[in-house]
Amino acid sequence: MMKRVLGWVDERTGLGRFIEACLFQNLPGGSRWRYVWGTLVVYVFLLQAITGFFLWTGYSPSTQTAWESIHHIQHEMTGGWILRGLHHFGAQAFVVVIVLHLLQMVVYGIYRAPREVNFWLVMLLLPLAIAMSATGWLLPYDQHGYWASRVPIGIMGVTPVIGPLLQKIAMGGSTVGHHTLTHFLALHAGLLPLCVAGILGLHYFLNRKHGLGDVPKDCACPDERYFPTQFLKDAAACLAVFLVLLGFVLFPYWQNPTATPGVHLGAPADPSEQYSAARPEWFMLFLFQFLKYFPGGTEVWGAMVIPGLVGAVVALMPFVAQWKHGHRFNVLFISTLLGAAVILGRLAAVEDGKDETYLAAKAQSRRNADRMHQLVAERGIPPSGAAALLRDDPLTQGPKLFAKNCASCHRFDGHDGLGHKPLTTHTVRTNETWESIAEFRFMKLAQLRQLNPTFTNPLKPDDKIVAQVRPWAPDLKGFASREWLAGLLDPAQVDGPHYFGGTKFKEGKMSKWVKKNATPEKADDLKKVVIALSAEARLKSQAGADKAGAELIKQGRALMVGDMACTDCHSFGKKDPDATAPDLTGYGSRAWLIRFISNPAHADFYGKRNDRMPAFADKKILDAKQLGLLADWLRGDWYEAPKNGVK
Amino acid sequence: MQKIHPASGAPEPPTERREFIKQGCAACLGLAAVVAPAAIGARVFLDPLSRSNGTEAFVKVTTIDSLPEDGTPVQFPVLADKRDAWTKFTQVPVGAVFLQRRKAGSPLALSVVCPHAGCFVDYLEDQEAFLCPCHNSFFAKDGALKDEQSPSPRPLDSLEVQVRNKTEVWVRFQDFQLGITEKKPVT
Repeated sequence: MMKRVLGWVDERTGLGRFIEACLFQNLPGGSRWRYVWGTLVVYVFLLQAITGFFLWTGYSPSTQTAWESIHHIQHEMTGGWILRGLHHFGAQAFVVVIVLHLLQMVVYGIYRAPREVNFWLVMLLLPLAIAMSATGWLLPYDQHGYWASRVPIGIMGVTPVIGPLLQKIAMGGSTVGHHTLTHFLALHAGLLPLCVAGILGLHYFLNRKHGLGDVPKDCACPDERYFPTQFLKDAAACLAVFLVLLGFVLFPYWQNPTATPGVHLGAPADPSEQYSAARPEWFMLFLFQFLKYFPGGTEVWGAMVIPGLVGAVVALMPFVAQWKHGHRFNVLFISTLLGAAVILGRLAAVEDGKDETYLAAKAQSRRNADRMHQLVAERGIPPSGAAALLRDDPLTQGPKLFAKNCASCHRFDGHDGLGHKPLTTHTVRTNETWESIAEFRFMKLAQLRQLNPTFTNPLKPDDKIVAQVRPWAPDLKGFASREWLAGLLDPAQVDGPHYFGGTKFKEGKMSKWVKKNATPEKADDLKKVVIALSAEARLKSQAGADKAGAELIKQGRALMVGDMACTDCHSFGKKDPDATAPDLTGYGSRAWLIRFISNPAHADFYGKRNDRMPAFADKKILDAKQLGLLADWLRGDWYEAPKNGVK
Repeated sequence: MQKIHPASGAPEPPTERREFIKQGCAACLGLAAVVAPAAIGARVFLDPLSRSNGTEAFVKVTTIDSLPEDGTPVQFPVLADKRDAWTKFTQVPVGAVFLQRRKAGSPLALSVVCPHAGCFVDYLEDQEAFLCPCHNSFFAKDGALKDEQSPSPRPLDSLEVQVRNKTEVWVRFQDFQLGITEKKPVT
């Protein structure tokens, strides 16, 4: 019965005969492992088509949903991270197998007549594979994809005459947006794979027409049929490639099962956020490095003319091979090409490895990506897209705002919020010594000497040395916390670099009061004052301690208006029109801090005695949202993922 | 593909067994290389099957004063918070209900979705009946099937209603499976 059905189908379609012709193709000289390369190209393409199709079923191409849908695939859908990982590494494998197949064709001379067209077809696969990779990179719409894809788009733009037009068509407008994603998806998942499939079909057809090109002549090996001997070799090679790719995906997970699994998905694209870690895929690094050697205005040479000429030489190889030593030239040329690419790529990697901006940007990008993951788990993604989560996150924005607006005077745990110690050039004046400079800049002598290893004793006037920027204002790490206030009320610290040392209040009333009154006998009372005042801030980190210390807080409040006489200068609890120092009511609370930053010269704070600090809101330096983010960050008030990780 | 191979015939009897094993291995390995990625993809594709609709909580739809005294059904949009795959929406339309006052007890809430094929039914005031514009299913004011020829397998689906704080009308909004005689919520 089965036989009759099959017979009927074959009679009407020729399908059976076709399959038979494919499977039982005669291989003169028998099966060979080196015949697997062609099949591998087809297999990796198939793998990409399968994994790509399933990714497509969960992907949504728009600037508000692209990153979000990929994040959902990777972190919410079962097996999504493995699927995306396979597609990610498969894309790289596709380029690799094409290059190796091409190399094989040159080395074994399979490009010779009548197989020139075969060779060109494989050559054509390479730009197509690179185009698929380039279009695929933008699709997740993370910072990396966004900034890395600007490079090929930019290169497209330098094409003579039609460049700008081409660029606008590819991007679907003048800027990267919804239509860039829809266009790139259509190219990536539609047109380009169709072209690749067509080329592969044609390649197979020509292969059958011309037969195997590198049959060993001096071998008495018997002929074999494609199935099963060569098929077995091909299948084993395909499976091996699959397992290697799967290994790449699973290895990091096996190494660290607690980390969020899956290939890197950066923070969502944000055109206003600097991203200095944009690099092409590793197999394009050589071109990236190559372009560094072309000064402005000549990129077209590095990106198009020279690669075009090299491509032309490779394309002409079948003809060159007809000359004496032509084949040797070809092999030498392609080996040199490959060697140069490897060296250039390696150079790029080495330069990046030393580039601190790049490394810092990479580390920052990883932190942002992890933070995004936490925020999505906590908040959920709003309809306007996930990028807003990061823009509204005090932990992400606070340090940047601090570095930009506060760090010219303040420090945060000794740095500028982002971990840098701001440095400056110090021009030595008459009578200045290493010691006096170190003292003025609140540095240790050894530290200063270390920054200037080439300078020898003693300094001469007008020497230019590197030194830390002097902190002109208090260090705000832990502002209004018990520890911070205890330091303020410590005679040894109050006029030091962490508090009033850099300000005009160094010799001020508060400083004098602390030195006179903060004696060991009063330590207990001072401690109560610290606890009471710190409770005004309602810090998240002290919520438990504040609750437990209700009795101490009560005593501390009584001391502030009583024995300790804080209210001689400060307001506390009720407004005192004669107060000359900052209001201590709600000291360090969110509202207090926002008001203080808004205008420290307000009568409730320093009034006319304010020392240099700008009125950030009144002068419109920061808006309400930025003030809130800054205050929240300084107060340590942001969402924190549970200790055992998200999910 | 393997179905073809018996036709190819085995060249020599002594190697037949070896040849067969080879063929089996080839087919298995080839199949594995293609099926494995497809299986991973299919697992992701079928992920929605392992997700439930979530519990439909009661949603505040309107106040009792906005319902006509004479019991005429009025259509109201239902706004609710919902999570659609990755997006968290707050107060977006999730559907609509017909609400009508009853002489006693809480108002009656009827789903606007025809249980036959899912079209949005109309209320015809002159006939005091609901008519589905797609296949002409005809329902009485209380949702019962009015016409025996109606293609709908069951009456209009009623939804649970609560009156809170004396005037607020809260509805437990749900979708029900179409085309069957029982009223079964979609999970």
